[in-house]
Amino acid sequence: MILTNIESVPGYKILAQYGLVSGSTVRAKNFVLDFGAGIKNTFGGELKSYTELLMESRKEAVNRMKEQAQMMGANAIINVRFATSAVTAGAAEVYAYGTAVKVEPVEG
Amino acid sequence: MEELIIIAVTLIVTYITGSVIEKNHYKSIKQREIALIRKPIVSYGIKEWNSKRKIRSVELVTGEVVVGVGYFKAFVANLKNLFGGRLTSIESVLDRGRREAILRMREKAIGANFIINTRIDTVMLNDLGGKSSDPQCAIIASGTAITYE
Repeated sequence: MILTNIESVPGYKILAQYGLVSGSTVRAKNFVLDFGAGIKNTFGGELKSYTELLMESRKEAVNRMKEQAQMMGANAIINVRFATSAVTAGAAEVYAYGTAVKVEPVEG
Repeated sequence: MEELIIIAVTLIVTYITGSVIEKNHYKSIKQREIALIRKPIVSYGIKEWNSKRKIRSVELVTGEVVVGVGYFKAFVANLKNLFGGRLTSIESVLDRGRREAILRMREKAIGANFIINTRIDTVMLNDLGGKSSDPQCAIIASGTAITYE
């Protein structure tokens, strides 16, 4: 599965398109880590446990989007975008969406 | 009275820790930006790719980071918010976060020649004035990495 966030796949040509595919996750850490991050947040600086949470959520959202595209018979997703929103303190939503297409390498 | 003392002590402590953390973070960001200066070229607008050279791989790369604002900066921003104007304490946090996210994205695509159409998505997880805790910003940078044959 090839993913790009531009309107084509360089070196490939688009044969068919199947429309919008998307995936989303809402994830929260447990309250112990929330407490630790709260203390860290008071002093400022990067919150490593929340960064990991964001990475996991992004992977999960992309995987769901890929599954949907595979069911449609696509082998690439173009114009992938991410949107994030805050649900409550300590929980974040990551939403990934794109257009599922079928591509073929250009000869020569 | 005791509450005021606690607030004053927290402000002083978080002012010191916050500025030390920020200074070190800027130092590491600058070092890594210099180290990557000849590595993948980042562009923010190109959507079409016109080149005669053969392409080996195309992939989506991302970089994410969550940065906490800190008690002192949030306090100053809340005060300044009453009078209006630039909130410099929050500006520096957002600037650090975005540069860090872009650096992480570039470090993932270290073998690539170009990263095109870079997008940055930001969300503040607790707004200013929220009761639960100080604000944090979560940032995702994404782009398409292109590697030549």
